Amino acid sequence: MRSIWRTLVNPGLARDIALVCVADALVGVSFGAIAVGLGLPLWLPVLMSLVVFAGAAQFLFIGIVGAGGSPVAAVAAGLLVNARHLPFGFAVGDVLGTGWLRRLAGSHLMVDETVAFTLAQDEPRRRRLAYWGCGAGLFAAWNLGVLAGAFGGRAVGNTDAFGLDAAFPAVLVALLLPSLRDVTTRKAAAAGVAVALIAAPWLPAGVPVLLALGGLAVARHGGDARQEPGRQRDSGQSRHRDQDPSRHRGEDRNHDHDHGPTRKREATR
Amino acid sequence: MRLAMASVVLGAGTYGFRLAGPLLKARVRLSPRLERLMGTAVVVLLAALVATSGLMDGHHFTGPARPAGVAVGALLAWRRAPFALVVVAAAATTAGLRLLAVP
Repeated sequence: MRSIWRTLVNPGLARDIALVCVADALVGVSFGAIAVGLGLPLWLPVLMSLVVFAGAAQFLFIGIVGAGGSPVAAVAAGLLVNARHLPFGFAVGDVLGTGWLRRLAGSHLMVDETVAFTLAQDEPRRRRLAYWGCGAGLFAAWNLGVLAGAFGGRAVGNTDAFGLDAAFPAVLVALLLPSLRDVTTRKAAAAGVAVALIAAPWLPAGVPVLLALGGLAVARHGGDARQEPGRQRDSGQSRHRDQDPSRHRGEDRNHDHDHGPTRKREATR
Repeated sequence: MRLAMASVVLGAGTYGFRLAGPLLKARVRLSPRLERLMGTAVVVLLAALVATSGLMDGHHFTGPARPAGVAVGALLAWRRAPFALVVVAAAATTAGLRLLAVP
């Protein structure tokens, strides 16, 4: 695997993934330490990280049971937060490859960062490598971090002091930016963000993010009637044949192709 | 043991969400249009995740330290700074502000 990485992959990708792994390992340390600090048994954060492998849901879970809430409520809250993996799987499912083993193993590695790294690659082989590399790396880093945190994490103290909570959104922003160059995608994302932020103070965690999918209504509208002014702004960057406005009247199919948010992507670093 | 059961149930449910997409996708052929919409859906979800995880702590606004760090990171990413710089600068900004007792 190592030589594959060296020959096929831009070393930059491996380095970026490694950095995210280090950051997530540190968050894992804090998860383990916080869980034990809440008085939960040592094995709980370790078991959860292996079988759930989703940071936000895990933090929510231990927050609820640690405060004396019912495990049923904690499971329900965690499932709500993790429901976003369903649409994730529809979008990146094909990078897992064919065959049962790949699908069964690969699905478990599907987390936000894996999906974002995959999305930021323009070529099928790089997408596959990004998914598996990031997924396997994060699984190892997260679980080792949680293990370390559960057993000796009190030494680390509060990881908020390191600003790691700002690293996760920043990672996603960096990986999303290429996709946001597409006007329709950008509008849908802006609408989705607005919906999520309006909903966040009132609804349970996870629900605002799911409601953001309502922003897709903007994308569908855009798909039907390509807003011309927006496109012209964009055309400086996408120096395709779109320069000539008369071309995309009868060429809906190709046109759609060009604007797939996962396709029209410049190689990221 | 209720906690162990609960963890496993949450894990199984999460795995179900994760597996459903790849399995259904192997069976159903999606139109290019729908395929494109799926790609946009992921960007929308992740963007919403950036907003909620960057600005909120549960139901409340988190202090300004975290959004400031994310903003610095976003600005650097937009200026095409290297990925490592984006991530480290975001964390360092937030850490620095907290050192100055900004929440």
